[in-house]
Parts: sequence; structure tokens; C-alpha cells
Amino acid sequence: MKDVAVIGIGMTKFGELWNQSLRDIFVEAALKAIENSKVDHIDSIYVGTMSSGLFVGQEHIGAVMTDYLGMNPIPATRVESACASGGAAFRQAYLEIASGQSEIVLAGGVEKMTDGADVTESLATAADQEYEVYNGVTFPGLYAMIARAHMHQFGTTREQLAAVAVKNHKNGSMNPNAQFRSQVSLEQVMKSTMVADPLRLLDCSPVSDGAAAVILCSMDAAKKFTNNPIKVIASAQASDTITLHSRESLTTLKAVSAAAVKAYKQAGIKPADINFAEAHDCFTIAEIVITEELGFFEKGKGGAAVEQGLTSLNGKIPINSSGGLKSKGHPVGATGIAQIIELYEQLTGKAGDRQVNNARIGLAQNMGGSGASCIIHILEAI
Amino acid sequence: MIGIVGYGSYLPRYRIKVDQIAKQWGADPESIKRGLQLYEKTVPGLDEDTITISVEAAKYALKRARIDPQKIGAVYIGSESHPYAVKPSGTVLIDALGIGPHVHVASYEFACKAGTEAMFVAYSLVKASEMDYALGIGADTSQGAPGDALEYSASAGGSAFIMGKENVAAEILFTNSYTSDTPDFWRREGEFYPRHAGRFTGEPAYFKHILNAGKNLLEKSGMSPKDFKFAVFHMPNGKFPQEAGKKLGFTKEQLEAGWIVPWMGNTYSGSSPTGLSAILDLAKPNDKIFMVSFGSGAGSDGFIFQVTDEIEKVRSLAPKVKDMLDNNKIYLDYGEYAKFRRKIILNE
Amino acid sequence: MISPRYAREIPQRYRLEAGRCTVCNAIYFPPRLICPNCKSKSFEEIKLNEEGTLLTFTIIRVGSEKFSKEVPYAVGIIELKDGVRLTAQLADCAVDKVEIGAKVKLVFRKIQEEGKWGLHCYGYKAILI
Repeated sequence: MKDVAVIGIGMTKFGELWNQSLRDIFVEAALKAIENSKVDHIDSIYVGTMSSGLFVGQEHIGAVMTDYLGMNPIPATRVESACASGGAAFRQAYLEIASGQSEIVLAGGVEKMTDGADVTESLATAADQEYEVYNGVTFPGLYAMIARAHMHQFGTTREQLAAVAVKNHKNGSMNPNAQFRSQVSLEQVMKSTMVADPLRLLDCSPVSDGAAAVILCSMDAAKKFTNNPIKVIASAQASDTITLHSRESLTTLKAVSAAAVKAYKQAGIKPADINFAEAHDCFTIAEIVITEELGFFEKGKGGAAVEQGLTSLNGKIPINSSGGLKSKGHPVGATGIAQIIELYEQLTGKAGDRQVNNARIGLAQNMGGSGASCIIHILEAI
Repeated sequence: MIGIVGYGSYLPRYRIKVDQIAKQWGADPESIKRGLQLYEKTVPGLDEDTITISVEAAKYALKRARIDPQKIGAVYIGSESHPYAVKPSGTVLIDALGIGPHVHVASYEFACKAGTEAMFVAYSLVKASEMDYALGIGADTSQGAPGDALEYSASAGGSAFIMGKENVAAEILFTNSYTSDTPDFWRREGEFYPRHAGRFTGEPAYFKHILNAGKNLLEKSGMSPKDFKFAVFHMPNGKFPQEAGKKLGFTKEQLEAGWIVPWMGNTYSGSSPTGLSAILDLAKPNDKIFMVSFGSGAGSDGFIFQVTDEIEKVRSLAPKVKDMLDNNKIYLDYGEYAKFRRKIILNE
Repeated sequence: MISPRYAREIPQRYRLEAGRCTVCNAIYFPPRLICPNCKSKSFEEIKLNEEGTLLTFTIIRVGSEKFSKEVPYAVGIIELKDGVRLTAQLADCAVDKVEIGAKVKLVFRKIQEEGKWGLHCYGYKAILI
């Protein structure tokens, strides 16, 4: 396997982008990434999108994007793994280069969620349609059931859930591309509208438009374009039952821990070697469980860790320095790529006000559905 | 011996008090309570309809009958609120309860007597030895137009009766029907609420048919009202069945057990059948029961039942009507009720 | 709900039919073609027990358009007496009275409908006992 590096990034601002179409935002992000990387050609493209079909009625996204990038006839493939579609696209690009098949690949993600579709129903297609969604469960509902079980089993508190949102909004306020750059107080989160008990509006990531793209390159070729390639030292993926109710434990996310074990092994490191991480905080409870599954904290201690500031920007292991899905926004298919972009900015020391000190190894954890798929990448500054 | 081998009823948990409805329309609740003898009525949940009510009632009837559902040869659901205009209600029920597919299924409609119609045909098929068991159900999620007198009574519920020859809990001794074309109440195809002819629904419709069917049934059987422990008539309100009973020579005491309308409302096709069910919940072996239904349009079906020893074995195998009427009630205000009954115009 | 797709799930939604692996006895609802546990492809049909315990739940305050008129409603994960778990709405309950560990029973209810013109779609909901 060849070594692979990230050598360029580009993204749109995340938010309600009323004046831009699905293709506009993807092309904007992709062109920025190409320009940023200074590459002279692209061998192929992977696009992650969860549901362009339901959100805007457009499938065949690979072809649309290559066409509008003016890059025909290079191959372009859409990759889908629900909310982990972006991570999956990145992984496919990584594998294509690692295998020696290509030298330079663009991995992008995009979602246009504000064009009028029933967002709740569209997102719920990531759960089991016949045995979860049919019965009226929503995505916030699934994570709410995880939250209630976690609170019941470990004594995780409502305040600890809120602390995740407070921290991520604080980080997001320093990210120029974030959808919400405003900070929120614990009280605001605790008093926000109930969505699915015990989760409130400010526990939930928002509905967003946005696109993100990165350029991956074989390490050998990377030196032609940059002095600062960021090396991909692990790419791992794992799966779990599609229904939440089928899992032995309702408070663990086995796909996350399985992918993490593989990733750490590939990179030859331990959880303690990770300097900072982007976690898939689609809901506040998700970040708490994920930090436990990644081995940063003991099972059941994730809530206390946030409260104690261990995951803050200057904490023991900063989580979601970008603002996370919560504050940065969650254009579903773009999220996995945007996480890589945050890793790249931190590892190249270009994260501005939210720069993590001594960031050398970063982890990005992207997750689909209620945790049925998980993709983890570890990047290292060399 | 042919008769009921298993019976079961289902009433939704939601209720609305007559006072709530009266308040909404500026009516005097006391005069309605006094005049119609109605206090509250059942309301179906948003997730309940004639099919779900029938399934729950029939599930209880099966529990009491203690038979293999596969042995049921016919399923008839009588209702004026079948969820589909075209598509039988009974097909859902048989698939839910593991009956059939070798089974005859039909939906019946005859205003409020569709339930006893279903019972009559189920009984007749067993009597004709066409099959060992047949299931007849009366169930409704009745509609009364907002502000109409019917709104105080139109309620939801139903009862199911499995007819058979073995282990009969209540033998059917006699039946009689009386029918004529009497336009007292109707609902045109595609209309949401029924229309009625006011006071014409009383004397020329309800009383004429019930009394004629009742008198004929007494004559046919050679019995007199004093031979019966219980009597039950269709209950469009509290007053009518009491009057009908009195005119036929029945006492208030004989009517008491089946007279559940003040707290249940009028479950239309499920009205007198649920009254019968309430009677079976407390009847003793050898008790005789006199029953006459009424359906606008118009017609009445009469039955004479004699309870057997078997009743003591089956009674406690499923919930009793009184318990469902008295316990676990959830009261709605008019706004919630209007939403539950889809009386609010939505932007759909 | 498109008719063929609805009709296909009737044995599960109406009658709680599940598959039990004849090799390792694991029960699957809905039935599967291969046992994830022992990889056997041999199953027998069983009917699930209708009673169980509530493991976790939520109160849905914002539903998809299809369910938006029914909020707030409770949804929970239930472990039935035979060990099988499923997700179901809790019917007829005051949403503030639900708690983990509650004993529940499955009942037959209408789950959704396809607008004013489509199918009435039935299935199981749970009620507190």
C-alpha cells in the first residue's frame, strides 16, 4: 500500500445558502480545494451525499459534478453511507491512491437540505424504514433514546448534554465557515424547545447546506505540490445493526469502537496519542458516547469529561475544535469531509483563534444513522 | 345447541363529557343530561378505527372461545364507519388474528344494526352446518356533525361474537327481524357526516321497528317479559331504550345491566352488541336475555339468548365492559376531541 | 405506503411473526435469511410474545409530516418476554407517565396513513399495563 496525504482543502460556508444550488456549492468547494492544493490534474472524483435524491430530487451526482467542474471524462462516483457519506468518499479516495490505481483524487461531500423537502423524513431514511421509521421514530428520537438509556445507566445529566453544545458553539464562534458563530449558555440550551425528550433544539445539529472537498495525493507525488503534506495514517470503517433496538447495549456504539480499534492498530498508536479529534456530534449525546467509544474516557464518564472541560479547546483532548456538527452545521454528506478539513487546518497550524496547541495527530470520526456505520481517519503532520 | 361460544368488547380509553360539547355550542348541559340521559362518551384515539376496534374485540372473543382461529369459517364486520369505502375491513382482521385464508369475509352496513346483522348471519351459517364457527362483529367510530344533537352520543367501540355448537356460553333460542324503507337517517356516498330527519327518527323509525320486532319475537317464542333476567335495546341515547323496554313490558331492573349508553355513548353498530356483552359479563347460567337492535333506514334484529354453565368458565378470560367503561379513562377537551375526530380543517 | 411493500410486512406488523434459528435458537424480528449469530440458514416461524418491558423511550415533539398531527407521542424500545426487542409507539398514555422498566403489552393500531387517498397502514403499538 502506498502512503497517502491530504494536500489541499476547500469548503463553502455552512448554513442556509438560499442563492446557491446543490451543484453550485459542490463546485465552489471543489475548485477551492484544487486551487489550494496546486495540483495539475485530478485522476478521479468521489462525492459523498446522503440523499440528494430526497433533498433536491437529483441522483447521478458524480456525473453532475464532474460535468460542472469541467472535468469530463474523468471517473466520478457517488458514495453513500448516510451521515457518514463524506467519510466514506474520503476513504474510497484514500484506497484508490493507496492501491496504486490513481495518483491524485478529489474527495468531496455535499448536501443541499433547504430546498423544501421534509427534512425529518429524509434524514430518517438512514434508520430502518420498516421497523423503526414506520412506527414514527425520528432521528432525534433515536438519539434521545440513547440519551435516556445513558442517563439511566450512568447517571449522565441533562447539564452534561448541554455542556457539549456550549463547548461546540464556543469553538464554532471562532470558525469563519460555521453556520452558527454565536455562543450559547448552559441555560439557553436547557431552556430551548424540546424536540425529543430529553433532547432539546440546542442539542441537535442544524439543517444545513454546504459542501467540502479535499485533494488526496500519493505521498511520493505530494512533494511536487506542497512542503506540508498531511499524512493519512489510518482509514478504518465498521458496521453495526441498522436498528438501534437490535443492539445488545443501547448505550454503546459498537461500530465506533470497532473502527477505532482498527484505526489505532493501523496507525500504531493508542487513544492517548491523539492530540485532538472531530467527533460526529449530530446530537450532544452522540459526542459523549463517541468519546467513550474512542477510548478517550471510561464508559459512562464521557458526560463528566465535558463538564470538567477535558474536551475543551485547551483540555486534555480537544473535541470538535471546528464547532462540530452542532455549531459548524451538518450538511450531511459534506460533514465527513469538513472534519478532514478541520484536521488539516489544525495540523498545518492554520486554525486561527481555535488552533489546538501542539496539534500533531488528529482523528476524525464520521458516523451514519444511529451508529450503523462508522468511518475513522487519523491524520498526522509530518 | 347453537349460540355464542366466545364474546369480547373493546372501548377506547378516551372520553369527552357532554358538558364539554354543550359548552362549545352554547347549549345547556343539564337539559341534555336530563333529556337524553347521556353524561360522557368514548372517543377513538387517532390510531383507532373500526378495524382496530374489531381486532381487539375479536381477540378477546377468541380468548373466551378458546378455539383455533383457523376453525372460523366466516368473519363479518358490521359498521357504518368502515375505514375504506371499497376494501373490506375483515381482511385486515383475519390476517391480524390468524384466521383463514379459507374463510368467508364481508363488510356489513345497515346504520346501527350492522353488528346484529353480522351476528345473525354468523349464527345462521353455523345453524346451517356450513361451518363450525363464525365470527360476527359490530363496531363503529361513529360520526356526529359538530353542533348536531348526534354529537353528544356518537362514540366508538365494538363487540365480537363467535358463534358455534360446542361449549356454547349463551344459546340462541329465537331470532326475528323487522324491516321497512324508512328514511330517518342516512349518509350519502362521499359525505362525511350523516343526516337525520329529527323527530321522525323516533316514533316512526326507532320505536316502530324495535316494538314490532320485539313483539314478534315474544310471540314467536311464546315467552313474556317476565321470563327474562335481562333485556337490551339499541341505545341511541339513554331515554329511547328505556321507553322501548317499558312499552314492551320490561322493567328498569331488566334493562340496567345492558344500559351502558350514559357513559359509553352510542357506539352505533356496536351499541346493543356491547350492551349484550356487558350483560354476559354478569349473567348467571339459565338467565334469559332479550335483545333488539335498530338500524336506521330502517330495521331491527331480535334475539333471545339463554346463558349456559359455560359462561362461568369464559367470563374472566378477557376484560369486562364495565371495567373498560370505568377505568383508565383519559378525558379530552373539545379542542382535542375535534382534532381526534378530524373535525379541524387542515392544510393538506 | 406503497401497496406491495406494505403487504409484504403484514405477517410481522399484524401477527408479530418472527424467525427462530433452528441451530442456535436466536430469534429474529423480522425474520432473516441467514443467522448473524451462527450463519445457519434454517429457521422456524414463531409468534412473538405480546408482553414486555420498556428499555428506553423518548417523547417525539417534532415529527415528520406524516406524524406531525400526532405529537407529542411516546416511542420506546421494548424487550418482549421472549427476549426480542423492537421499536414501537406507546399508545393511549400521558407522555409524562412513561418510565424505563414499565411493563407493556402490544396492541393492534393504525400506525399511519398515506394522505387522504392511500392505504390505512396498521401494525403494533404498546400500551402500559
